Amino acid sequence: MSSATFRIWRGNAEGGAFEDYTTEVSEGMVVLDAVHQIQAEKANDLAVRWNCKAGKCGSCSAEVNGNPKLMCMTRLNSLPLDEPVTIEPMQTFPLIRDLVTDVSWNHEVKQRIKKFRPRDPDAPDGSWRVDQYDVERVQEFRKCIECFLCQDVCHVLRDHRLHDKFIGPRYLVYTAALEMHALDTDDRLDDLANEHGVGYCNITKCCTKVCPEEITITDNAIIPLKERVVDRMYDPLTKMLRMFR
Amino acid sequence: MEQVQPVQIAAPVRGWGQTMRRDRWWLQPFAVFLGLATAITYMTWAAFQGEFYHFGPYLSPLYSPELLGGSPHSLFGPQPGWWPGFLPFSPAFLILWAPAGFRVTCYYYRGAYYKAMWADPSSCAVGEPRSTFLGENSFPLIIQNIHRYFMYLALLFLVFLTYDVWNALWFEDAATGVVSFGIGVGTLVLAMNVVLLGSYSLGCHSLRHLVGGRHDRIAGLPLQRSCYDCVSGFNRRHMLYAWMSLAWVTFSDVYVRLCAMGIWTDFRLL
Repeated sequence: MSSATFRIWRGNAEGGAFEDYTTEVSEGMVVLDAVHQIQAEKANDLAVRWNCKAGKCGSCSAEVNGNPKLMCMTRLNSLPLDEPVTIEPMQTFPLIRDLVTDVSWNHEVKQRIKKFRPRDPDAPDGSWRVDQYDVERVQEFRKCIECFLCQDVCHVLRDHRLHDKFIGPRYLVYTAALEMHALDTDDRLDDLANEHGVGYCNITKCCTKVCPEEITITDNAIIPLKERVVDRMYDPLTKMLRMFR
Repeated sequence: MEQVQPVQIAAPVRGWGQTMRRDRWWLQPFAVFLGLATAITYMTWAAFQGEFYHFGPYLSPLYSPELLGGSPHSLFGPQPGWWPGFLPFSPAFLILWAPAGFRVTCYYYRGAYYKAMWADPSSCAVGEPRSTFLGENSFPLIIQNIHRYFMYLALLFLVFLTYDVWNALWFEDAATGVVSFGIGVGTLVLAMNVVLLGSYSLGCHSLRHLVGGRHDRIAGLPLQRSCYDCVSGFNRRHMLYAWMSLAWVTFSDVYVRLCAMGIWTDFRLL
């Protein structure tokens, strides 16, 4: 057993400060374990959102030593414990208390995206036939656990706070899953270019780097959507060819 | 379309360079800055030289295709008489804008130089110097959407560079004037240049979209599916090929230049 110090943000929307807590740590512990231990031993009123402790519910998102991470998937042996480990809430969303933020904006954004609209069924029994190749192409996007770490790290939201103009990487992935779906018939490109602000993404790939599900957000979702918007709005050659089809 | 209410975040936006990160977050953008600055400086200098860009059957890729110029590789003759005397002339001026445009508008490089040269952001979860942000949503960066047109040109350049490798297989005997097949170190240098530029260009995101990515159902299109798989394979290492090809095209010019200046000797392997 050894001990480590955790510098945890305590406060609410009105203000707050970092407070240091020293606790015993052991092999195999993750940051969330340490936070729970501190909550049990030293700060019973510490607010932290968590659920599965297995990296699948996306609840315990926070910033550990400045990096957006799931606390339950961040092992202590991956951090330098000779200095205090800072734990703070996500910076891109309104703070409720301590490590808990209000992520409801994300759910509002999701409501604005056109829903899945499949083509008519392929078979009389109302089922469809889709090649596995086409299924797998969008399957990656469905791994998202909605931890919102990608939204947190995206500088368009984090630093420029363009929440009213840009839906963020999470919902570009969601849109890609629908727009590139082999059965879907709806068209989201005008929304993407205008209300959803895909043009604000300047491809820093920070979203891809922080994704705990390792979804290739930028290369497989955002850039293909940008290219589809180019087809629709900025490429005169494609526009001309479309006229002859 | 229902508008989302503005999100009120009490915590202030962090200033330039402010972060809670403890790692050396500045190292990667700094390395990218050095790499890009070195390549841009060298290539600009090399383009302005207008000499020592060919040696025997070798033509520097920075000057290829040589549309107008004084070397035997020139496709359409020497420097035109109408070129204004007060303007410096170099065959590179006529063509270098195309590969430069391809790289400047490349999705990988965009993300890299926005961070390294414009601090937008300097690195992930690090504060920025400016509060305003237009992204690629409006002028001037909306112009980046021209990328696919530079990609068409880049693919055309690959054809010329492959032709240069073919030419680099035929050596003229200075004494007899007889042309014979051979392979020199320069031949391999130019061949490797085509391999790396090809690996970079064929992994282009726009190409990936155009060959198949634009379809929702690729499985039923065997040709597009094969092309899409092939481009996706290169695309997964796009960053690696971007840097390797940039370094090698620079080295190829250095090699031809130093051979032409008599500083390096081009060894014949065959």
